[in-house]
Amino acid sequence: MSSSQPRRAAVLGGNRIPFARSNSAYAQASNQDMLTATLDGLVARFGLQGERVGEVVAGAVLKHSRDFNLTRESVLGSRLSAATPAYDVQQACGTGLEAAVLVANKIALGQIESGIAGGVDTTSDAPLAVGDDLRRALLELAGARSVGARLRAIARIRPGSLVPEAPRNAEPRTGLAMGEHQAITTREWGISREDQDELAVRSHRNLAAAYDRGFLDDLVTPYLGLTRDQNLRPDTTVEKLATLEPVFGTDDPAATMTAGNSTPLTDGASAVLLSSDEWAAEHGLPVLAHLVDAQTAAVDHVHGGEGLLMAPAYAVPVLLARNGLTLQDLDFYEIHEAFAATVLATLKAWESPAFCEEKLGLDAPLGAIDRDRLNVNGSSLAAGHPFAATGGRIVASLAKQLHEAGPGTRGLVSICAAGGQGVVALLES
Amino acid sequence: MSDWYTTFANSGVGSTLVTQLGLPRPAVLRRYEPGQPLLPGPAVLGTAGEGRLRDTVDAVLRDAGVTVLTADADERPAAVVLDATGVTGPAQLAAAHDLLAPAVKRLRPTGRVVVLGDPPAEAGTPAQAAARQALEGLVRSLAKELRGGSTANLLLVPEGAEASVAGPLRFFLSGRSAYVDGQVLPVSPADVPAGADDERPLAGRVAVVTGAARGIGAAIARVLSRDGAHVVAVDVPAAGEALAEVANEVGGTALQLDITAPDAPRRLVGHLRERHGGVDVVVHNAGITRDKLLVNMDAARWNAVMAVNLQAQLDLTRALLDADGVLRPGARVVSVSSQSGIAGNRGQTNYAASKAGVIGMVRAWAPEFAARGATVNAVAPGFIVTEMTARMPLSTREVGARLNSLQQGGLPVDVAEAIAWLAQPGAAGVNGQVLRVCGQSLLGA
Ligand SMILES: NC(=O)c1ccc[n+]([C@@H]2O[C@H](COP(=O)([O-])OP(=O)(O)OC[C@H]3O[C@@H](n4cnc5c(N)ncnc54)[C@H](O)[C@@H]3O)[C@@H](O)[C@H]2O)c1
Repeated sequence: MSSSQPRRAAVLGGNRIPFARSNSAYAQASNQDMLTATLDGLVARFGLQGERVGEVVAGAVLKHSRDFNLTRESVLGSRLSAATPAYDVQQACGTGLEAAVLVANKIALGQIESGIAGGVDTTSDAPLAVGDDLRRALLELAGARSVGARLRAIARIRPGSLVPEAPRNAEPRTGLAMGEHQAITTREWGISREDQDELAVRSHRNLAAAYDRGFLDDLVTPYLGLTRDQNLRPDTTVEKLATLEPVFGTDDPAATMTAGNSTPLTDGASAVLLSSDEWAAEHGLPVLAHLVDAQTAAVDHVHGGEGLLMAPAYAVPVLLARNGLTLQDLDFYEIHEAFAATVLATLKAWESPAFCEEKLGLDAPLGAIDRDRLNVNGSSLAAGHPFAATGGRIVASLAKQLHEAGPGTRGLVSICAAGGQGVVALLES
Repeated sequence: MSDWYTTFANSGVGSTLVTQLGLPRPAVLRRYEPGQPLLPGPAVLGTAGEGRLRDTVDAVLRDAGVTVLTADADERPAAVVLDATGVTGPAQLAAAHDLLAPAVKRLRPTGRVVVLGDPPAEAGTPAQAAARQALEGLVRSLAKELRGGSTANLLLVPEGAEASVAGPLRFFLSGRSAYVDGQVLPVSPADVPAGADDERPLAGRVAVVTGAARGIGAAIARVLSRDGAHVVAVDVPAAGEALAEVANEVGGTALQLDITAPDAPRRLVGHLRERHGGVDVVVHNAGITRDKLLVNMDAARWNAVMAVNLQAQLDLTRALLDADGVLRPGARVVSVSSQSGIAGNRGQTNYAASKAGVIGMVRAWAPEFAARGATVNAVAPGFIVTEMTARMPLSTREVGARLNSLQQGGLPVDVAEAIAWLAQPGAAGVNGQVLRVCGQSLLGA
């Protein structure tokens, strides 16, 4: 390459297993089981048996200690060549998208020709940790050299120490659940219950329609008897959702966030195949889109007064400016529905002159988007959200959507993550 | 999935028991494995009538390293080939009897009898037509008399189709035709490429198999891949997990597609063009049953069976023919029909109609395919031991499995071998035909 402009990584397609509700279809499946099956489905779709892919990058948000080297172990259990290197990443709910960005960057730099980005999570087979008391006692016991010392260590174990610590979906620095954080933002931005429910219904309808027209035929491979996302309710309505009780921010009598407009805990995995254009051509695989650029951002949700899930609102304008684009130059928007209110608050922030000037330092607001171009094939409210698997789900389906729409079509991926972070990316067919 | 009764009847205890009870003891068939010689022993070659194919047959045998015996040799033959081309009247058939009787008596187990004759329809005189047609009665009856997993089949070779003989002859002699018995297969003149590679005859070819997630379709995918083809395995999205396993096992690719979807032809054609630049072999195997007596059958059952078993085959094939350059020169289309489509079956008016329709379809399309140097044929399986038949009640299943000359059900691989053979370059002279893989079933014979 002679030009200073690095080449762009091509997105060739993806695979995921249907997402299951927690403690249901995949209750007995481990992270490694699901990621391996997902890789094998990708191998079957693209004929990659025995192929030495440049690198496989994936991760999980909830990990057992046995998930050591999770991605490499999954590769070894898959039909890919055992000589395929792999590593784990973790950036909370941004894991899957960040993995795709990492693979794309190495491809752009010419360090690899092909790569697979993925993610997996299980909330059914989540690791249970022992409490600190028990852990210390067990460590002492293991180190004890005499019978007396052993007995003393055992004597320290009290019934109370035997209660395991389940992982909490709470921010370590605030102790608040993610939904509670979002409830604060929801109230601040005045997001109505009706708007949230309507967005949720749209998500279900769009995903159901995508299944019905066969859009997911080459994006999903059934697993353990599940053929569609278990959370999908094609016939849900605003009226039905209106009957649900709020579950977050309930100290406020006007609380709006319910189980219907928040994503449920889910199990699943996804993977995306990326490569250079040359590698794609050599393998007879059509390019769906290119991953053009990406940006991360973080906000101070602890002391800075910003909402936990608002970081993408900051990342997107940086990405757009660098690529000389306005928000309206995009043809499709994929904004991860952690909660319906997350999407709505983000859109409202971009429309707000005050936010755009004060927080983003812009002269004018980014403005409104055409809602008919938002999450057109459904998103996490309908599909579910196995944390690290969401990025791969979105990248593969957006790339396919852009390919169907024709060359030169642009799409945005925006994913919020725990810890006040956001990962966003720009794709173009 | 194996035929447990055949395995049992040939085991130590089973064999004794079966003999004492006077039960049939089905033979273990000679099935093809890569590297296997064409025949496990020498062959007897003789003629009745003019025998214009004698040299062709002799060359096929010698090229395959088979020792050719005269009719009176002592050694037990593994095959008997009778060239009866040019018989002019019934009197000449005596020669057929004279050759076959002693040779067949000494035929080894899993032996093969292949008779070559002229098509009766093209005979010049009634006597000639009678003699030609008589061969059919001879072969079909002999097939019923043979034991030990031996088979007898008849090839009809018109004048000018000499080059088409080698492929079908090798097929009938080899283990690939283990469950093909008592059949009459007409060949036609064709450009048959010389020097066929018997180990990997489909090397470099792209083959689509519908309904490949399980059963006969999965077996077809395995055999085509063994023979060198890259297999595009197609099945409904809901069967995707098993489909991916099959694709990975055979080093092919999985395409989740409901072949009855309105855009299925467009998607299949697009996929083949984009990913493979075209296709060489198309196997229409996907099929369903929705059995009910006609008077109790609702429209849904009728329509579903027609849509999958017949209409989708028509639509996909039409789209492939129409898509410029996608169906490569020398392409092969093989449709899976069924014995029910030939003999009919109580409770299967819809299924049998669809499977008979398939036969009409391949016959009608044969000229258009021939014009492209391509072929289109149907394979009609008889009773095949699959997960589907394994769920039948034991007695029904065991009776069904034994209503044929080989006294056993066929295996999915038997159907797959016939299909993979029709896809070979050497089968260029077989077009518009229906090849039954039924062990000479009593039904519709
Ligand atoms: N098993 C027998 O004894 C027997 C006998 C005669 C003929 N056949 C024929 O052989 C073929 C295979 O039979 P089998 O016993 O393996 O059956 P099977 O039911 O085990 O397999 C059929 C496959 O076709 C697939 N299929 C069904 N509808 C489809 C659609 N709309 N699109 C794509 N795929 C679809 C199914 O998912 C399944 O994987 C069928 O055409 C059947 O009619 C079978």
